[in-house]
Amino acid sequence: MSVNTLKIDGIDVAVEAGTTILKAAKQAGIPIPTLCHLEGVSDVGACRLCLVEIKSNPNLVPSCVTEALEAMEILTQTEQLQEYRKMIVELLFAEGNHVCAVCVANNNCQLQDVAIEVGMDHTRFNYRFPQRDVDLSHPLFGIDHNRCILCTRCVRVCAEIETAHVWNVAFRGAAAKIVSGLNQPWGDVDACTSCGKCVDACPTGSIFRKGDTTAETTKDRSKVEFLSNAREKHQWTR
Amino acid sequence: MDKIKFATVWLAGCSGCHMSFLDLDEFLFDVAEAVDVVYSPVASDIKHYPDNVDVCLVEGAIANEENLELLLEVRKKTKFLISFGDCAVTANVPAMRNMLNGTDPVLKRCYLELSDDSGQIPKDPHIVPELLEKVQPIHHIVDVDLFLPGCPPSAQRIKDAIAPLLKEEKPVMKGREMIKFG
Ligand code: SF4
Ligand code: SF4
Ligand code: SF4
Ligand code: FES
Repeated sequence: MSVNTLKIDGIDVAVEAGTTILKAAKQAGIPIPTLCHLEGVSDVGACRLCLVEIKSNPNLVPSCVTEALEAMEILTQTEQLQEYRKMIVELLFAEGNHVCAVCVANNNCQLQDVAIEVGMDHTRFNYRFPQRDVDLSHPLFGIDHNRCILCTRCVRVCAEIETAHVWNVAFRGAAAKIVSGLNQPWGDVDACTSCGKCVDACPTGSIFRKGDTTAETTKDRSKVEFLSNAREKHQWTR
Repeated sequence: MDKIKFATVWLAGCSGCHMSFLDLDEFLFDVAEAVDVVYSPVASDIKHYPDNVDVCLVEGAIANEENLELLLEVRKKTKFLISFGDCAVTANVPAMRNMLNGTDPVLKRCYLELSDDSGQIPKDPHIVPELLEKVQPIHHIVDVDLFLPGCPPSAQRIKDAIAPLLKEEKPVMKGREMIKFG
């Protein structure tokens, strides 16, 4: 096993080759905000919240999909990074329709959590107020696209852990949308086993259990990581 | 020291933020000690927004012509304007009609479809304020000096935001207790 040694925010870190900067920072006790990252599934770098600065590299890089290499000097909390993260969260709120006061995930939402983490008390951007729909065709669960941030955690958990591959991203740009099956109602997709993993994986109130009302949704955030550890490392308990 | 000239306004909101303000209980005595309430739907009978207000809490989004007119007047006459509650800060529930494309669907649903046969859409330009096409948070229309989110902001949060202001200090709006929406 080869080891890479590097500096993150001035702290010396030694990690196994192949480790991401995000994991290395976690090992060093340095928190970096994330949204599309989910322990137990692959990373795609969709949300850009985890951007960090590498000395001698003019581009900021998403730490969840960038390997921590030998002798790197990484900064995670510069003023510029903090400002960009805040902007990203403000844009997410302006892009969809988030009405926390009447949301199933109120108090239990990772988008709310990062908004607090980056210190967002309002958004500077104009709200788009897009027209998006709600699909309640599944007998147990619902998806409200108004609250979807296109992190694709549902897509990955269903494809990689449940291997049912119900979800996908369809259309482009502002019209991009999570679809079930061949853009069918969720309830018509035979591949869905009703396992509920996408409910737990969804960081927001977008995918929820039917019957939950305002602030009632609870999500088992570490379930996916547990399932993947059970499969790969045979850790059967948590 | 002169007392702080203090006002509160209620625009397109449910008055829940004002109710939460009244929940300040005995801290209201401290507020009363430090301020003169010069305009407020819950603490004053004055009908016109006065000049030279020091601090104003603005509850509610901008949904109709009257909201807009009052907000512009408040901004002109107020030194320190606080966007008070989620409706003011994000437009919140009142803005859910924005997704329906214009005012027609809402007016028809409320006044015609859900009424008995005598339903009619209210229209009297100088008495009933016209709805604006789009509901907006207040900082998209005027400058705001402090954002106090929450639906409603809890009495504790209001207190932690107002207490420093009474001592002419700016509160620190940070952390779950102070800035969580909803
Ligand atoms: S998904 Fe999260 S941020 Fe969006 S409305 Fe629900 S609680 Fe608020
Ligand atoms: S319930 Fe399970 S199988 Fe169905 S869409 Fe969600 S993750 Fe996929
Ligand atoms: S439905 Fe939830 S998990 Fe899926 S992309 Fe949207 S926010 Fe992410
Ligand atoms: S967590 Fe790295 S890009 Fe989303």
